[in-house]
Formats: sequence, C-alpha cells, structure tokens
Amino acid sequence: MGTTASQLPKESLSEYQELTFLTKQEILLAHRRFTELLEGDERNHPNPRVPMDAILTLTELKSNPFKKRICQVFSTSENRDGSLTFEDFLDLLSAFSDSATLEIKSHYAFRIFDFDDDGTLDYGDLEKLVNCLTGETADTRLSSEEMRQLISNILDESDIDKDGTVNLSEFQHVISRSPDFVSSFKIVL
Amino acid sequence: MAHNVNFDLSHPRVEAGLESPADEEGVHDSFSQLIAEESQKEGPSDAIELQYQQRNPEDKDRDNVAYLSPSENRRWRIGSDKTGEEDKGRQTDSLLKDSWSSATLKILSSMPSRTIGRSRGAIISQYYNRTAELRRRTQRRASIKDFSRSARPSIRGYGVEVDTTDSAEKKQERLIQNLQNLSAVDRVRLLKEMPLNLSEKKSLRRLTLQMTKQTRSSSNLRCCSYLKFHIILALRHSWYNCLSFLHSLHLWQMPLKRVSGRFGSGVLSYFLFLKTLLFFNMFLFLVLGSFLVVPQAVYPPEQLENRKSFTGLELFTGGGYFANTLLYYGYYSNHTLHSCSKNNISSPPKPECDSKSLSYNMPLAYFFTIGLSFFVTCIILVYSMSKSFGQSFRIDKSNGMLAMKVFCSWDFKVIKRSSVRLLSENIRTQLKELLGEAHHRHIRSTISDKLVRLVMHGLGWILCIGATAGCVAVIYYFSDYMHKEQLKSSQNDSGDPELLKEASLLALPVLVSFINLMLPILFQFTAWMEKYNSPSLRTFVSLSRNLILKVSVLGVLCFHWLKRVAGSADNNKAFKCWESFVGQELYRFLIIDFIFTLLATLFGELLWRSFSDKVLKRNRRPGFDIAKNVLDLIYGQTLAWLGLLFAPLLPAVQILKLLLLFYIKMSSVMMNCQAPSRAYRVSQMTTIFITLLCFPSFLGASVCVTYTMWRLPSSESCGPFRGNKTMIQAGKQRIVELVKENPNLYFLAEAHTYLVENPLVLFVGATIFLIVIYFQSQVVDGQRKIIALLQEQIENEGEDKKFLITRLQSVHERKRTPARNLTSQDSGC
Repeated sequence: MGTTASQLPKESLSEYQELTFLTKQEILLAHRRFTELLEGDERNHPNPRVPMDAILTLTELKSNPFKKRICQVFSTSENRDGSLTFEDFLDLLSAFSDSATLEIKSHYAFRIFDFDDDGTLDYGDLEKLVNCLTGETADTRLSSEEMRQLISNILDESDIDKDGTVNLSEFQHVISRSPDFVSSFKIVL
Repeated sequence: MAHNVNFDLSHPRVEAGLESPADEEGVHDSFSQLIAEESQKEGPSDAIELQYQQRNPEDKDRDNVAYLSPSENRRWRIGSDKTGEEDKGRQTDSLLKDSWSSATLKILSSMPSRTIGRSRGAIISQYYNRTAELRRRTQRRASIKDFSRSARPSIRGYGVEVDTTDSAEKKQERLIQNLQNLSAVDRVRLLKEMPLNLSEKKSLRRLTLQMTKQTRSSSNLRCCSYLKFHIILALRHSWYNCLSFLHSLHLWQMPLKRVSGRFGSGVLSYFLFLKTLLFFNMFLFLVLGSFLVVPQAVYPPEQLENRKSFTGLELFTGGGYFANTLLYYGYYSNHTLHSCSKNNISSPPKPECDSKSLSYNMPLAYFFTIGLSFFVTCIILVYSMSKSFGQSFRIDKSNGMLAMKVFCSWDFKVIKRSSVRLLSENIRTQLKELLGEAHHRHIRSTISDKLVRLVMHGLGWILCIGATAGCVAVIYYFSDYMHKEQLKSSQNDSGDPELLKEASLLALPVLVSFINLMLPILFQFTAWMEKYNSPSLRTFVSLSRNLILKVSVLGVLCFHWLKRVAGSADNNKAFKCWESFVGQELYRFLIIDFIFTLLATLFGELLWRSFSDKVLKRNRRPGFDIAKNVLDLIYGQTLAWLGLLFAPLLPAVQILKLLLLFYIKMSSVMMNCQAPSRAYRVSQMTTIFITLLCFPSFLGASVCVTYTMWRLPSSESCGPFRGNKTMIQAGKQRIVELVKENPNLYFLAEAHTYLVENPLVLFVGATIFLIVIYFQSQVVDGQRKIIALLQEQIENEGEDKKFLITRLQSVHERKRTPARNLTSQDSGC
C-alpha cells in the first residue's frame, strides 16, 4: 500500500462518501483490503478488476452460500464473470453496511436471490434459495415433497397477484414485515 | 405501425435480460402495442411473425417450448419435466403454462413488474417519479396526464401518449432536472438510495452539479448570499468530519465483529445491550460528576471524625476508609459554597466575599441534578423503547411466517464455517417445524394429554413461585436479624474487632447473590421437566419466572432499607446517617453481584466445558443463555439507579464493573460456548429487554427515589438536606430563599405553584394523552382496512393480466394458422 498509485485521491474519497452509505474509515479500509487482493503489477492499473475467485477468498465471504451470486449481482463486467472493480466493491459494502436503507437492502437481496436474473423469483429460484439456506450436502437438504410443500406455502403467502412468482414489490412487502432483516443483511469488513 | 418493436430473441443482450437503455423502448411499449394491434384487428402481428420465423422456419406446427434456447427453457420450467407436450392454449389459473408461445413468454419476461428489479431504465423512471413527488408535495394534485411511467401498465389510460415516446436519455434528463430542483440534502439522500451502480451515480451527480453550476453562474450572487453559501458549506463539511470522527471512536468494534462472526446476532445483542448500559452510566457519571462531585471536591467540608485507615476490605464493603468520602451522600455540605472562604466554611461568609465570589448552592444543586438525570434517562429510555417497539410491531396480521423465514433468516454476519453450518441446521429445523405445524394443525391432542400437560405446568409454576416466596421470606428475616444485630452491637460497643463487624455487613449481599444464582438453575430444571410445545413459549416462561424472582428480591430489599433502616435513624448512633448507610449497602450489593457473576462464569462455563469435553466426551459445548445474562445486567443497573441518590459516584463503580464484565464475558463466550442451537428472534427480544429496563427497573428505582425524597425524613447530621423534615421541603425552602434574594425569579415560584401543584394540569394532560392514543388506534385500524382492500385490488389486477395474456395467446394461435403460408414472405419490419 506504499505506492502513490494505490492511494485514493481526496476528491474521489469525498465523492464516494456522498454517494454511498460508507464512512471515510470504511472506504479507506475497503481500499486497503481491495488492493491486497490485486496482483503486484495490476496495482498501477487505473481501474483494476479483481476476478471472482480472488474476491471469494475474503474471510467475510468465504463461507457464505450466496457468495457467487453476490459477486455476480454487483459486477459490472461485460462478460458477467463476477469480477469486481473497486467501485463495485464499494457498492457491495454500501448495500451491506449499517446505514443502508431497508429499500436498498431489499432491492439487492432480491437480485441476489434471483438466480436466473429474470426479474422474479419463480419456482426454480426459490428451490435454489432454500437449498443454499439448508446446506450444500445431500443429506442436509429437504426432501422433494417437503420442498414442493414449502415453495407452494411461500407462494401462497407472498404472491399477491397470483402469477406464480414473487416479484420485487411482493418481496419487499414480505421483507418489510420482518424487523430482523436489516440487522442480518450486513457484512462489515 | 410507428415503432419497430424489437422482439429479436437471438439478440444476446435481450436474451440475457441485461440492463440496457436500448431495450427499454421495446419493453415498455410491448403491452400497449399489442393491445393496439389486436383491437384494431390488423394483419398478423409482424413482430410475432418475425420472431417466429427466426425461431425455426421448418417447424410451424407446434409452439414447442422445447425449442427455446436452453437458458430460457431452464427459466420457464416449473419443476416438472413436462415441457410442452401438454395441451396448448388451455386456460388455467396460473401464468405458468408451458405452452405459451415464445412471443408471450418474451412479453411476460419484459413486463414492467419484472424489469423493475433489474433494469436501469426502470430504476431511473421510478426515481424520476419520486423526485417529482418530492417537488410536488406542496402543490395541488396533478392530473393523470402528468404522471410519468409507473410500473404497472394498467394504471395508465389507454391512449396516453406522454410516456411512450420517452427514451432513456430523456428520462435521465428529466430526472437530472428534478434532482437539481431539490435541496442539497434531499439530493444527496436520493442519490445514495438509488440502487444503481457507482459509476452511473457518479455520472448523474456530475451532470446534476454541472447544470446547477450553469444555472447558478448565470445569476449574479450578491456578496452576502455568497458568504452565506460558503458558511453553510463549511459547516456541512465540518459536520461530516465530526460524524466520521465519532464513528471512528467505535468502542469495541473488533471484538463485537468477532462475536457476531461466530455466534450471530443473538449473542451480539447481549453485548450491544451492555454497551448501551455503559453509555447510560457514562452520561450519569458526567452529569453528577460535573455538578456535584467536582464542586464538592474543590471545597471539601471539614472533617468531624478521624478518617479510618485503609484496609483492603473497603473495596468490598464500601465502609471504613470510604465512609466519609465523596462516594456517599453524607459528605456533601448543606450550605452554599463560596469560593473565597475555602478554609473556614462553617463560619458565616465574610461580608467582602459576597459581591465578588462565586457561590454554589449545594443542596439545590444536589436536588436538581438528581432530578435532571432521572428525567433525561427517562426520556432516553422511553424514546428508545418506542423506536424499538415501532420497528417490531406490524400492522397487518398476516399469519405467514414461512416466506419471512426463508427470505430473512440468513445472517450474513456469520463468518466462521462451523457457525455457518450450525445456522443452516437451525434454519432447516425451523423450516421443518413450521412445515409440520402447517401440516398437522388439524391434529388435536386428546383430553387426557391436555390435562396431564396442564397439571405439569401448574406444578412447575407452584414450585417456582413457592421457591421465590421462600427465598424472599428468608431475605426478610435475615435482614431483620442483621439489622437488630447491628443495633445491638453499636449500642453495646462490644469487643468484636472492627474488621469482623465490617465483614458481617457482607452477609446480606452474599445471601442475595447466592439466591440469584441458584434459583434460576432450579427454574431451568423445572422447565426441562415440563415439556413445552414451542420454544418461544419456553423462553417467555423462563424470562417471566426470573423476572418475578428479581422483582420480589429488590422489593423486599427496598422495604428493608426505606422502612427499617431509615425508620431507626433517630434512635441509634449507627444509623445516624442512614442515607450513607444505604449507599454503602448498594455499593456492597453491586460489588458482590459482580464477584458472583465472575465466579459463575468461571465455574459455570469453564468447568462445564472441560467436564463435558473430558468426561462426557460430547462435542457440543454449552450455549450462552442470553435472557438470563441480560436480566442480570438489568438487575445491576436497577441497583445503580437506586443508589444514585445515596451515592453519587456509584455510576463510576458501575462503569468499571461493566467494562470488566465485557471482557470477561467476551473471552468466556469465545472459549467455552457455541452458537445457539435454537432460533432467537433478535429484535423482539431486544424490544422486550428495553421495555424491562424501562418499566420494572427504571420505574421502580424512580418510585423509590421519589418516595425517599418526599416522605422520608433526612438525617440530622449529614448530607445536603440535614436538619429538614424531608428533602422536598428542603428543596422548596431553598427555592424560597433563592427567590427572596433575586426578585427576578419570582415568576418561577408562581409557575411552580400554579403548574406543578395544581391538579387541574394533571387532569388536562392525562385527557390529552388519552385522546391522542385513541386517535392513533383509529388510524391503525383504518390502515389495516386499506391494506386488505389493496391486496384485493392487486389480486384483481393479477387476474386481468392472466386474462389478457391468455387472450393474446389465443389470438396468436388463431393468426398463426393462416400465417403458415406467409413464412416465405419478408415481413419487412
């Protein structure tokens, strides 16, 4: 972190402070952790991009079952490979920070849970979501009968317009009923 | 047709559903376009034909979903393997039919309600709405023509052409215009809240500032508004710096992160509660320190008795060397302190001192400081309680927990792999339980089962209440016995050594702490014996039993201090300064409580863990009982609040105790415990704990203090209120004197007489509160009704949507049959 190229210019810092929910210390810490993930020669690149595998080595994300989806949602790369620039990384931390609003968190939570990126949570998305929650190995998953019952119950409860999928507004409606969501949707570096 | 509606399925961006402004034209146009086509009964829809052609020129017979690209096929599979061999065009009650044509599927996937979650243009238009709303708040209601695009096309009237020609750039322009016209605070907030990525936000901000600069530079600023502008900027800059400085002082951030990474939010809430209590005590310490302790320390009163020598026992008993110090009530002087008569306080102040010296009326200061600290603590507690309650109270009583559990229960703070595994296990168990409940709700238990369970619960409660009552009686008689012993020993001046007499004072606190330690174990055992259906019921029952125990223990202790000790003040030398004695008692209770917690943590958790590892050879470590620990914290805080009047430095003792407790509990939890194996509803429990802190704890302490000030005679020989009947009377007397000295303050006395002592004010205040409460409850009822109506409306809209889609599908099917002959033509779109 000693080279000047890897330090944040001051006006960028204040711009980031204004546009994200992070404080100055959090932005600087994020910058430090991000540059640690870069290879040596990439650090002098003007806008370096860290591949997804490197991001997934962060301790905060390593054991999270949604880590790949998180990288894909916040990534702005054209080939959708989940790589993140520093600004994408800041976006990630801002959405998961303490002071982010419920609306931002629920918006990004929806996109993370939307495994096929079609704008709604249909049966396949919900099935994948429940499998992520209950564990990766075969013996920790629910049986298919239980899964079907669970997903039909979820759709009964949350699908208001009865089209068989949960769209963003319905998702936000469910989330607004849970007071624990804001405190559990947090990642702190 | 005016537009070239692009339904090109092979376009990679469209297939992947990427955010791209170029797509938005087609997307939002889709519905009104197709309605227009079908209603005007024009020729076959060129767009549908085009895409059909591109799909597969040979196969014209079947709209086979299997021919969709693999990604789309995956998308639309509902979990069964049938992929389109079913009947086509069969209308059912869901939009999940396999046999929709690919055009319909494309339309479905581009519907605004589905694009709002992922496309940039939709987000921009949504935020354009918001900014427009913010601007229009004070204006009259705009007509429907002015409303810009909303997410649901059915709200727009057909034939409104305002939005259909908007491109994304134009929408962005209008958004920027709106942003400019907002105040800077609103603009910053809105930019932060937009769920766009950072580079787009930066460009929006740049454009907004550019245009703002342009408009501003065109007008000539006068020098004073220019100056004002810069001052406001400087102030805001310094405010941000101050905030980030305060944020960087985050106490204990790393340990808290480690705890939450390993144990989740439940255990974290205990440590956060501890931090809150620490801040309360720091505030109390600052207030009392600066107004009471510091002035008295600078002008110490003369000593009547000789100071006893320091032995180690004082740290525990609070007596001896600490007896006549700033720590207790008795030290504080009862007259006005003057800065010039430092050495000779008891004599009346010399005449030349009056005009030049600073005077500080100690009794009045004591009275008002204690009152002020209680008042401010009350306000903070009620505010945090109402905020926390408001977060966890939900208006609509929908019974669904399953969706909430699935969407909200993953705790992203948990980092350690084994804790993640435990969390997954937890969630799985909860889901299975909830599924089982939903499934077996109709199964009823037999009458004999119910009766047996009722008997068990009754027995359990009788056992617990009986044990509590027994212990309370023990405390009552033992305290009586100790009191009589002290009276006797002070009268006789027997030959017992001083140290033994001091140490015997510790007997009562040790007994009380012992009871506080042992009885919850009995409660746990009882709860294990009775079988509870739901874990939340079990938590509530154990919480209420512990609460009853602590409240009764504190009640009997208050009775002992305020009735017996204060009552025997006049006839005994030992209790001449009964307030200091009560202060010492509270100090002792705090210290012994801390020692017992320390021992319980060491022996309870450490020994249990080594026992369980070595002897029982189990892998599971003990769990951390959050409710019991939080109740212990509340108990300690109640003692500190009770002692505020009698020992003004007690908050400092409590601060030290809390700091040490934090580190001890943190290391114990990290070493010995494991993540909780049952679900813990964090915000509900936090609300309960804050409520418990406010109602039994703080209310009880303030009632005791009020009773002391109002009814109990203060001692004659010590303290700021010596020589008066009660503290309130002393306060009143001082105020009267003050008013006599400064006639300007006459209005204060008048206000006091007419407002505080007038019962009419109380009645009017209470009536106003009741009216406000009634009004709010009516508002809540109305909101519930509105929610039900809106849900019905959304369902109806869903039905409309299904109807339209199936009609489109059927029209397409009809059109396709004659269109088979047109495949060779170029539709030219």
